[in-house]
Amino acid sequence: MKLKVGVFKFTSCSGCQVELIRMNEQLPELLNLVEFKYWAMASSKLEDGLYDLALVEGAISTPECIEEVKAIREKSRVLVALGDCAVTGGVPSIRNWMSQREAETIVYPKPGYIRSTRVYGIDEYVKVDYYLKGCPPRLENILEVFKAVILGVKPRLRQHPVCVECKLYENECLLTTYKQPCMGPVTAAGCGAICPNVGRVCEGCYGPMSDPNVASMVERLREIGLSDDEILRKFRKYAGMSKLYREVAKL
Amino acid sequence: MKTVRIGYLTRVEGKAELDLTIDGEEVKDLKLKIYEEPRFFEALLKGRSFEEAVELTSRICGICYVTHQLSSVRAVEKVLGVEVNDRIRLLRRLIAIGGIISSHCLHLYLLALPDVLGLPDVFTADPKLLVKALRLKAVGDKLVELIGGRGVHPVTIVVGGFTYTPPKDKLMKLTQSLKEAKKTAVESVPLFSADKFPRFEVDCERVALSNPGEYAINEGRVKSNKGLDISEDEFRAFIEETQVPHSTAKHSKVKGRGSYMVGPLSRVNLNFSQLSDDAREAAEASGFKFPSSNPFAANMARLLEVISLIDEALELIDAYREGPVRAPFQVKGGSAGAITEAPRGMNYHWYSIGDDGLIKAADISPPTCQNARRVEDDLREYVPTIAHLSEEEIASKCAMLIRAYDPCISCAVHSIEVKVKKL
Repeated sequence: MKLKVGVFKFTSCSGCQVELIRMNEQLPELLNLVEFKYWAMASSKLEDGLYDLALVEGAISTPECIEEVKAIREKSRVLVALGDCAVTGGVPSIRNWMSQREAETIVYPKPGYIRSTRVYGIDEYVKVDYYLKGCPPRLENILEVFKAVILGVKPRLRQHPVCVECKLYENECLLTTYKQPCMGPVTAAGCGAICPNVGRVCEGCYGPMSDPNVASMVERLREIGLSDDEILRKFRKYAGMSKLYREVAKL
Repeated sequence: MKTVRIGYLTRVEGKAELDLTIDGEEVKDLKLKIYEEPRFFEALLKGRSFEEAVELTSRICGICYVTHQLSSVRAVEKVLGVEVNDRIRLLRRLIAIGGIISSHCLHLYLLALPDVLGLPDVFTADPKLLVKALRLKAVGDKLVELIGGRGVHPVTIVVGGFTYTPPKDKLMKLTQSLKEAKKTAVESVPLFSADKFPRFEVDCERVALSNPGEYAINEGRVKSNKGLDISEDEFRAFIEETQVPHSTAKHSKVKGRGSYMVGPLSRVNLNFSQLSDDAREAAEASGFKFPSSNPFAANMARLLEVISLIDEALELIDAYREGPVRAPFQVKGGSAGAITEAPRGMNYHWYSIGDDGLIKAADISPPTCQNARRVEDDLREYVPTIAHLSEEEIASKCAMLIRAYDPCISCAVHSIEVKVKKL
C-alpha cells in the first residue's frame, strides 16, 4: 500500500512545496512509495481524505483558513507543519506587531475591504504531529519525515543550535570572532549552517532551537552594538510568534 | 446558457478560481477570482533595515525568489548609489538564468505538460521522460544553489554584491550537465509545438525589458510592440494599478491604453534576434512563428529561453574569474525603483529609505499582478471560439490558457485583498 499524501497551502509563498519538488529526478522513486491524493500545485486530481500524511504549508490568517485546517486535521493520520509559516506564522507574522489598521492602510486604498486576522502557525488551531522548521525546510529534512512516516517511526529532526553544524564545517565563529550579529546560538539546526558557510550570519530562519537562551543572546547582541530595536527585528522575523521568544517582549 | 466554474485552479502556484457564464457565443460574465490570503509585504517592510529588503521580499514568492532578490537589491543600490563591478553583474545574470531555467522547467514539465499528454499530472507520465525533464530542471536549481548558497530563498545576494565568491571549478563541473540539459530541452520542442495547442490569435500590448547589449533579464528599457519605450524609473508614470472587486490581485494597465502581457512570450517576441542560434533554430521547428500573437506560444517561448540561456550560461561560466564580489557603500536616504525580468515577466520594486537606513515605504508590482487583467481579456476573446464545446471542455481549455501565463498567485497577492465570496 502506498502512503496517501495530501499537500495543502495557506498563507505562504509556496517555497516549501518548491523545495519538495527540488527532489527532481528522485521524484519517480518517491512515487513508488507514496501517492499524492491532493496536491493542487502539481495535479488536477484532487481526492478527498483520508490522508496518511498531510503536509500543511502556510500560516493561518483568515477565518476560512481556520475552518479548512481543522477539516484537514480530521482527515489526516499524521499532520506536519511544513515550514516556518505553518510552524509559527513565519515572515507574514511580522505584521502582528503593527496594528492591523496600520498594516491595512499602508497597503489598501480601501481598508474597509480587509478581513484578515492575526497571523498564527497552524498549531494555534489544530494538533501538529511534526514540525518542519525552516524558510524553507531543507529537502533532506522533508524526506526524513516521509521516510519516518512510511516506516512508522519518529523522524529525526535536529533540536540543537546551528552552532553545532557550524563547528562540523569548521567555520570561524561570526559572533564571537567577528562580532557579527549571528542568530546561530538560538536557532534550530537542520539547514547545514548554509549561511555561515558562505560568509553570512545566521538570520534565524529555522526558528528557535528546543531550549534557547534568549536572555544571553540578547545580551551578546547588545555587547556587539545592536540597539534594542534591531534586536527585536531579529527575533521578530521568522518566528516572532514562538513562545520560546516571548522573553524579547521585555525589550 | 452555460455556466463554467473551475473551483480550485490546479497546476498553478497559489489559489484562484474561474467563474464563467456564456449565452450562445456571448460571454455574459467572466471573473478570474484570486482568493489567496494577503500577506501585506509593503506594510511589513516598513521600519525594516534596507539590508533586509532582499531577504524579506524573497519570501513574496517560493518560485521566483531570485528575481525578487535582484529587483530589490538593484533598487536599494540605486538609492544608496552603489556601483557594482562586472563580476557581480555576471554572477547576478548567471543566478537569474538558473532561476529562470528552474522555474520554466517546473512550469513546462510539471504544470503544463499534463495538458499536452491528457493526464491529471506528470506523476503517471513515462518515468523516463520525467527523470530527463527533472534533470534539466535540476541544472537550474544547482546554478542557483552554487551561486546563492541555497536553492529556494538564496542567501548570498546582499546590497553591494555577494557574501562569497563562488568557486570557478564548482561552476565548471556543471558544464557537462548543462550540455545534457540543453539536449533534453531541444528534444522537447515537439512536446510543446504549435500543433499541440489551440490556434488562437489575439492582438494586445506585449511588454518586456529590452537591452541592445544582451537578452534583457536584469537590466533594460521597458519596451512594447505598441511603441512603449521608457526607463524603469518611469514605470509608475506609464503603468497604473487599479482594484477590482472580485480579485485579491491588483490589475495593471498601460495608462490611456489597456491591459498588457508580460512574460516569456513578450520577451521572445521583442528580443527574438538575441536568442542563441540553436534557440532560433528550435523556433523554426516549433511551428510557431515569432513574434507570435498566440498566448499558448508562451510555452514554446519558455523552452526557447531555456535553450538560449543554457548556451549563455556556458559562456558566462567560461568567462567567469574569481575575485572581489562586494562593493563598499555608505547608508543614505532616498528613493528608487528597479525592474528585472522574472520567469513570468517584469518585476518592479521601489523603495523609499530614510537617512537612518530604515525603509519608509515600498511599492512592488510582480508580473502576475500585471498580467491579471490581460488573462481575463484573453479569456473574453477566447471563450466565444470554444463556446460550442461542453462545459467540461471549456473549463479545461480555459485552465490551459490561464496556465500558459504561468501565474504565480502568491506574488500577485503579496499585498492586497478584496472581499471575495468563495463558492
